[in-house]
Amino acid sequence: MRGLILGLCLLAAPALAVQPDEILGDPALEARARDISAGLRCLVCRNESIDESNAELARDLRLLVRERLVAGDTDEEAVAYIVDRYGEYVLLNPTATGANLILWLAGPLMLGAGLVIAGLYLRRRASAPEAEAVRLSAEEEARLRDILRD
Amino acid sequence: MITELGHFALILACLVAVLQSTVPLIGAHKRWPGWMAVAEPAAVAQFLLTAASFAALTHAFVTSDFSLRLVVLNSHTDKPLLYKITGVWGNHEGSMLLWVLIVALFGAAVAWFGTNLPPTLRARVLSVQAMIGVAFFLFIVFTSNPFLRMAVPPFNGQDLNPLLQDPGLAFHPPFLYLGYVGLSMTFSFAVAALIEGRVDAAWGRWVRPWTLAAWIFLTIGIGLGSWWAYYELGWGGFWFWDPVENASFMPWLIAAALLHSAIVVEKREALKSWTILMAIIAFGFSMVGAFITRSGVLTSVHAFATDPERGVFLLAILAVFMMGALTLFAARAGAMQAKGVFSMVSRESVLVLNNILLAVSAFVVFVGTVWPLVAEMAFARKLSVGAPFFNAAFSPFMLALGLILPVGAMLPWKRAKLGRILRALVPAFGLALAVGALAWAMQSGRSALGPIGLFLAAWLIGGAVTDLWSRTGRGQGRLARLARLPRADWGKSVAHAGFGVTIAGVAAMMAWQTEDIRVMQEGDTVDIAGYTLRLDTVEQVEGPNYLSTTARFALLREGREVGRLHPEKRIYPVAQMPTTEAALDNGFLRDIYIAVGDPQEGGGWAVRSYYKPLANWIWGGAILMALGGLLSLSDRRFRVAAGARKVPQGVPAE
Repeated sequence: MRGLILGLCLLAAPALAVQPDEILGDPALEARARDISAGLRCLVCRNESIDESNAELARDLRLLVRERLVAGDTDEEAVAYIVDRYGEYVLLNPTATGANLILWLAGPLMLGAGLVIAGLYLRRRASAPEAEAVRLSAEEEARLRDILRD
Repeated sequence: MITELGHFALILACLVAVLQSTVPLIGAHKRWPGWMAVAEPAAVAQFLLTAASFAALTHAFVTSDFSLRLVVLNSHTDKPLLYKITGVWGNHEGSMLLWVLIVALFGAAVAWFGTNLPPTLRARVLSVQAMIGVAFFLFIVFTSNPFLRMAVPPFNGQDLNPLLQDPGLAFHPPFLYLGYVGLSMTFSFAVAALIEGRVDAAWGRWVRPWTLAAWIFLTIGIGLGSWWAYYELGWGGFWFWDPVENASFMPWLIAAALLHSAIVVEKREALKSWTILMAIIAFGFSMVGAFITRSGVLTSVHAFATDPERGVFLLAILAVFMMGALTLFAARAGAMQAKGVFSMVSRESVLVLNNILLAVSAFVVFVGTVWPLVAEMAFARKLSVGAPFFNAAFSPFMLALGLILPVGAMLPWKRAKLGRILRALVPAFGLALAVGALAWAMQSGRSALGPIGLFLAAWLIGGAVTDLWSRTGRGQGRLARLARLPRADWGKSVAHAGFGVTIAGVAAMMAWQTEDIRVMQEGDTVDIAGYTLRLDTVEQVEGPNYLSTTARFALLREGREVGRLHPEKRIYPVAQMPTTEAALDNGFLRDIYIAVGDPQEGGGWAVRSYYKPLANWIWGGAILMALGGLLSLSDRRFRVAAGARKVPQGVPAE
């Protein structure tokens, strides 16, 4: 379960995620750092952001993000700096470029297709003649009535 | 000795399942009553044998029989009795045994309560159910046998993962499995109906209670898991969009869609092939879940006994059942003729929209979950898909669903006049707008999430109340009539309101939680959201199988003490694992949440404290949804057999 790997991370550095000594003096800058951290993956943990993770590496990345912000980077520049060094894998929010467009568009396209098909189906249903519902034998009809009786 | 009997019972159960999966099926095809009649005693025998096997394993855990490999790996003599028992399913092999036990339980339940089913349908349902049983029995016996012995038994075991030694998580797997496996029942009904070549209103009525039960169990299971993560993992997250969480969420979404489309089959004899397809896919997603959790294909924090050999076996099971069922579906779906005629504006149409939104949202979750795998194999891109993607891609579906729900719930069948419904809903809509505007005015941040969430919640709850009230007619005695409304009506409104309550909790928590991280000495105070927390002392405490550093906090409001909180850090020496036990002060409108960290070099402890608005609404809503399902399930219309027997000239249950 989640705990197993988390436990391993804990074992590496039994501590809380963001440490008091990491926090920047400027609350606005710190808030930006937290926002950025929530979108970056802890590479040694599984599917955890560096903001949540207790691993050493996550701490290093958090400090790196803060360093970049203090040095005057914009949010995008700070993220780009990390991605340059650790690769696209570090982004929890995948970019909408190249093949990833499939990922981002899958939902809307499927919804569109579903709505079109449903629309056609509903139009057919609305104009269909009331079907003769007597394909059941008399005995089955009686049984069905019996079962459906409220 | 008991262990060997358990092992033997397991193999016998497998053989009975083989019998049950073939003989009644042939009997139903050839119309031989004797062969069909094999199904019921076989289902009961299969259940009893599996239960005996499960009891034998439980006995080994309770008595700490360290000649059994599984017990050595997952238990310890010092462990409290509760966790010795829950340790039975706190591991791969034991949880698979629980899985087949539930497969057999559902089969037996059909044998016991399904007396009103036509004999051929019942024989086929039980046969298909037994096929699922056979597949998982073989999986257990060949790849995950829980009854393996140790050549040299050690003196003591290696203890259960401490994070699993918790009441919330102890009962999370059984509920989840009841849900997953409950969907196998729906699957069996769908396949049996395809073999039978007939889906009618009665089929819709028979299959709905099983789907409803599975959905209720899934709701409870997912809620328990999320609640556990909230208080156990130390920072109060409640949902992580982790592959394994998604694995339980996809079947839940599809089961919700199925519940609604089965109503259309039952009441209006339409959407038949769609409902059958949903039933097949719902169980497919359950098995995908089992595969994801146990194969290690997708990297998940839940990584649970990952093993390629098991993964391949599970994938084979998934492939056989899905391909078989879908082939049958392709061959037979054309024969399912819809009968009901309805206009574009009708309950049927809105339920179609409901199904599209739920199914596509499940599809989005699925694509997001497997995308890292696809991207790596097809495009050589190693990437992650995490919470930000799911929040952005999934939430709009829930927003749309929430917006149309109150209107759809009140539309009549066949054809409807939209104007009247909308007029009835004006008060609810006004209330929702007011709540949203109030939230907008009172918040300091810039996020629209909170106000939108509260608007939607008020709209859903107000809509549910309006729906219920509108069913009481006019004039005198409306309150009395309200109490006498069918339980299904109550269930529907309660479940829909629960959806709103959960949305309120999620939105409020994401938009307005506040956090404070600092080093605290004994005697220090911290102010958070109008409360003051004072760290009184930090003590070392010894638990039954752990050592704890317990911090004692007082929670103050305007100088008066309103609560005491005791967050802990524990070390489990046997498992060599630390855990964080957060402390919570639960409230209706907010939680105060504290987690304590390491001692700092200059003295004092790292302390994280949170103010979490409406936190309990998330699980409160889940409880309401499950309660709504239960109310609906207890409606007398589902107790068809009981009703039929009371009628003197009623057709006997064949």
